[in-house]
Amino acid sequence: MPHSPLLGMHAPDGFLEPPVAAAAAVISLVVIAVALRRSATELGDRQVPLAGMTAAFVFAAQMVNFPVAAGTSGHLVGAALAAVLLGPWTAVLALTVVVVVQALVFADGGITALGINLVNLAIVPAFGGWAVFRLARRSLPRTSSGVVGATAIAAGVSVVLSAAAFSLQWLFGASAPVPFDTVFGAMVGVHTLIGLGEAAISATVVAAVLATRPDLVAGASDLEPHRINRHAPVGARTFVIGAGLTTVFVAVAVSQFASSSPDGLERVAEDHGFAERARTHAFDNGWFADYATSGVSNESLSLAVAGLSGVALTLLVGYGIVSASRRAGSSLARR
Amino acid sequence: MSSSTTVGPAAHSPLHRHLHVPADTSVHRLAPEAKLVGLVAFATTTALAPRREVAVFAAAAVVLVAVVRVSRLAARMVAVRLLVVVPFVVVAALVPFVAGGDRVDVAGVPLSVEGLWASWNIAAKAVLGATAAIVVSATTPVPDLLHGMRRLRVPTAFVAIAGFMVRYLDVLVDRLARMRLAMAARGHDPRWLWQLRPLAASVGTLFVRSYEHGERIHLAMVARGFTGEMPALEDRRARWSEWTTALVPATLVGAVLTGAMLR
Repeated sequence: MPHSPLLGMHAPDGFLEPPVAAAAAVISLVVIAVALRRSATELGDRQVPLAGMTAAFVFAAQMVNFPVAAGTSGHLVGAALAAVLLGPWTAVLALTVVVVVQALVFADGGITALGINLVNLAIVPAFGGWAVFRLARRSLPRTSSGVVGATAIAAGVSVVLSAAAFSLQWLFGASAPVPFDTVFGAMVGVHTLIGLGEAAISATVVAAVLATRPDLVAGASDLEPHRINRHAPVGARTFVIGAGLTTVFVAVAVSQFASSSPDGLERVAEDHGFAERARTHAFDNGWFADYATSGVSNESLSLAVAGLSGVALTLLVGYGIVSASRRAGSSLARR
Repeated sequence: MSSSTTVGPAAHSPLHRHLHVPADTSVHRLAPEAKLVGLVAFATTTALAPRREVAVFAAAAVVLVAVVRVSRLAARMVAVRLLVVVPFVVVAALVPFVAGGDRVDVAGVPLSVEGLWASWNIAAKAVLGATAAIVVSATTPVPDLLHGMRRLRVPTAFVAIAGFMVRYLDVLVDRLARMRLAMAARGHDPRWLWQLRPLAASVGTLFVRSYEHGERIHLAMVARGFTGEMPALEDRRARWSEWTTALVPATLVGAVLTGAMLR
């Protein structure tokens, strides 16, 4: 298969219960409809060839094997990268086309899970990544180094956001009696590591494009021409370390939020009988081993994490959409 | 993952071409829009089946085997393409070990009963849904699939973008392969994450080239009278008999499902 599901994130049919699949399908239909219109206004009659070529680019870029360690390799998810290069609307459109073709032509991802996969692999990482990118740009210098650094942060976080979105869907539509925090811990833990690679690759790709055609980077459209240095700004090793620290920081922050689970949610958990739920842990010695040792019962913790990451996710995706809508005159329409 | 980007002659065979297995069977001849609707109906009906209604899954499997036979697809080919669902089925296979609830001893290992049902549910639905998708993609050329989408009123712009993607995907993959080949010829063999700059630069180059290529295509289209709307190509519409034929698998599964629910 050309697209190797390293992430295992192309959910097949039956992985989540039908109501969640249906809800995700409705959400993605709405977002895609808006994205089609938005990118049409941004690109005009260039929409079809440009979005088509960039979709092909995303598909091809996902097939590149990047070195990870000792000769092993990993793949790019590319959603945050696409958002920085193209702006979130066109990025969502390109990613959607990729996911739909993967499902229909390559049987990669279930037909009934298409909505879920669109939310997790296109909408959440593109808009979430765009939101993180915009927020990071504020605290970084308005130079191409700032753009590249913000790309690294956005790309790393976007992968973790995808994993969190999947875990949340699991909370509402689990097809197996595996507790939410097991899934959340495993997904977010593994994807924090994957996020490191994603951050390094995306940032280096954006640096390369900035060095040759800075006008093609939508996320750098506000840069003054003299602020764009013609050389790749920061060393790859610095990215790896910087992005690593950021991603670890995010993971730690999430777990900190989790352990301060408010009483109200605890109450709700008991009222709704969550407290009686199974508490077997698959990854007792794994990534989030001390996740359950915070003195709070797992079930309320689950709910707290779910609530907080749900709010954070929604806020980020919403912010991404709003900030994308605010951008008058896309960089893509500049030339 | 396993192999690196293909370099050499193999890179020149289109990614999607080998997915279509040409033949002249009744499944191949069905209108693509009918096949797409039939696929969605079949996958949805199967996905709605409660996990303990084994009869429904058996019926779906029998129907699929029949369709594979009618479309003269090699079982081996279908099996190889099914490998795409393996990662999730492996995850599903872990569920009985980690899930809670009643336990049952299987060969001395205590497994969760609910977990076993959950694994079965995920594996069965994933395999059945993917097999159905494989039958459709193996019996329908990609351009026909796109025509089918358009006739199902999927927005023209979306179908046109998908068409461009499919059409130029191999050009781009080929370009990447050439860059990789040139780098390998100069001794490039990255093993660690911080050695990724040359590869990332080639992906950046690929983006710039794709974008500029897209702009050239746009100008070429404008020169030929393109105004932003893709021309609607009038072609054969699906007959009623084709719609009914395409919906037979979903109907059969649906009948067994209804029977099981009423029991």
